[in-house]
Amino acid sequence: MKIKQIAIFMENKPGHLGNICKSLSDAGVNITTLSLADTQQYGILRLIVQDSDKAKSCLEKSGLVVNTTEVLAVEVEDRPGGLLAILEIIGAKEVNIEYMYAFTSHYGKRAIMIFRFNDPDKAIAALKESGIQVLSNEALFQEIQQA
Amino acid sequence: MANTEKSFKKHYLPASAADYVPRHFLESVQLQRLQDVVQHAYHNQAGGLYRQRMDEAKVRPDAIRSLNDIQQFPFMTKDDLRASYPYGLFAVPQQEVVRIHASSGTTGKPIVAGYTQADLDVWADSMARCMGAASLSSHDVIQVSYGYGLFTGGLGAHCGAEKIGAMVVPTSAGNTERQIMLMQDLGVTAICCTPSYFLHLAEKAGEMGVQLKNLKIRAGIFGAEPWSEAMRERIQNETWIKAHDIYGLTEIIGPGVAIECAEQNGLHILEDYYYPEIIDPETLQPLPDGEEGELVITTLAKRAMPMIRYRTRDITSIMADQCYCGRTIRRIRRIGRRSDDMLIIRGVNVYPSQIEAALLKIDGLLPHYQIVITRESGLDNMEIKVELAPELFGDRIQELESLQKRIAHAVNTTLNISAKITFAEPKSIARSEGKAKRVIDKRG
Repeated sequence: MKIKQIAIFMENKPGHLGNICKSLSDAGVNITTLSLADTQQYGILRLIVQDSDKAKSCLEKSGLVVNTTEVLAVEVEDRPGGLLAILEIIGAKEVNIEYMYAFTSHYGKRAIMIFRFNDPDKAIAALKESGIQVLSNEALFQEIQQA
Repeated sequence: MANTEKSFKKHYLPASAADYVPRHFLESVQLQRLQDVVQHAYHNQAGGLYRQRMDEAKVRPDAIRSLNDIQQFPFMTKDDLRASYPYGLFAVPQQEVVRIHASSGTTGKPIVAGYTQADLDVWADSMARCMGAASLSSHDVIQVSYGYGLFTGGLGAHCGAEKIGAMVVPTSAGNTERQIMLMQDLGVTAICCTPSYFLHLAEKAGEMGVQLKNLKIRAGIFGAEPWSEAMRERIQNETWIKAHDIYGLTEIIGPGVAIECAEQNGLHILEDYYYPEIIDPETLQPLPDGEEGELVITTLAKRAMPMIRYRTRDITSIMADQCYCGRTIRRIRRIGRRSDDMLIIRGVNVYPSQIEAALLKIDGLLPHYQIVITRESGLDNMEIKVELAPELFGDRIQELESLQKRIAHAVNTTLNISAKITFAEPKSIARSEGKAKRVIDKRG
């Protein structure tokens, strides 16, 4: 139920994100969605791509520190209170969100949010119990292609 | 009869008898050679620099009656090499010089060293004896991962390894994955490289699913940069090899001036070729055995570029007691610092080697670092840039922040000074010939 995310350590320097995108582009990897966490000195770029192994190896070849981690892709209704509904379920089970980010476009009446929880398995159980879809890797990319 | 060369190879004794001669005999050889080299430098040096120095100091080239008489002679320094660039210190006609090496000058012109064929033989012999002290022989397969070229590391180790009759794998530096493949496929038993490169190689091997401790490699000869006991422990525990420290410098000859034997307790200096003295770097007065000071070396057997009382800037002491290995040549203590790499930060003396030791306290962290010192409104600030190892990186800022705190704490407890820790991408800290530039001092 978890999907793979690529995390990349980035020093803050001009043109750096461009270089990363160039490596991915040369390897024919499409970025499905991304988020960038920044501090004064460095950033962490998090990417969702279909072929994460290929992305990881091409970035490592260009000398970057890359790590694959697991996150949850959760369907959220695209209406006022849609995200709130998810947060209430998670909050009630006392699961903490470490970070989250949204997809750049939506699919029909739903949006997709990426979450990293401190206890992902507990979060999955809670969401399923409330009938909320947590997407697998396959389902996620299938859904994207259909949209 | 066809086997002559092979049987010679087999019976070659790498641990040369010169390492074991009685002291009085060694000293008489040293005295003869010292008398020769002083005359040679005085009369033959192209630029006449040392002759001028001696005349100014009013010492005659025939003033040497005993070894201690060298103490009246003037010193030579790195500045002399720069001022005489490129050929001023050569003491033989150029047609007798068969090879040139140069050290990586961090500022301005490099330092050029010339060698006659006899010098190269002395050097190969030095390296061969060093390898013998590291228990290597014609049965070994030695990978030389120092850079080949102007840098003395590659060719120096290469010629020594050939001289003991070992099988040499001259990989030079770089292309680590291929180095690991060859190490595995060719059954390499020993490696010569910088200690930081070896750690990198071990780490890369791990990523490739190769455990060095399962390979045939059993010894490493590491030099060209100072490294700590903590680093030795890390290397030996992770790769199950015996890590020997080797010492040398281009100005004197290259690697092969001194090496640790199996005891790993001080480096045997090849005193019949390189005459050591320890001086107080402030007063320039000779210090007795056992006292720490700057190492000064006189080359006793080099023709192309004789060096007399060369100030190495390396801080050590002479260990005069007999080593358990039986060698009669004396040892110098491991060199952890140089008289010119001490930093004074907010009044505290800091050596890069201490920072290395602090970084190695953090599991998984590699000692690839750079120290940047700046001054803001009269206060010194030290920043330590550390290359981030992939296994220490997750996907959350908080993990990196807590790692920063752990490193800062380790530095603080070791040095008693606070430092700002920043992360750099792997291999982003500039290396020349596998040597990293450790300190950038931006204070005006």
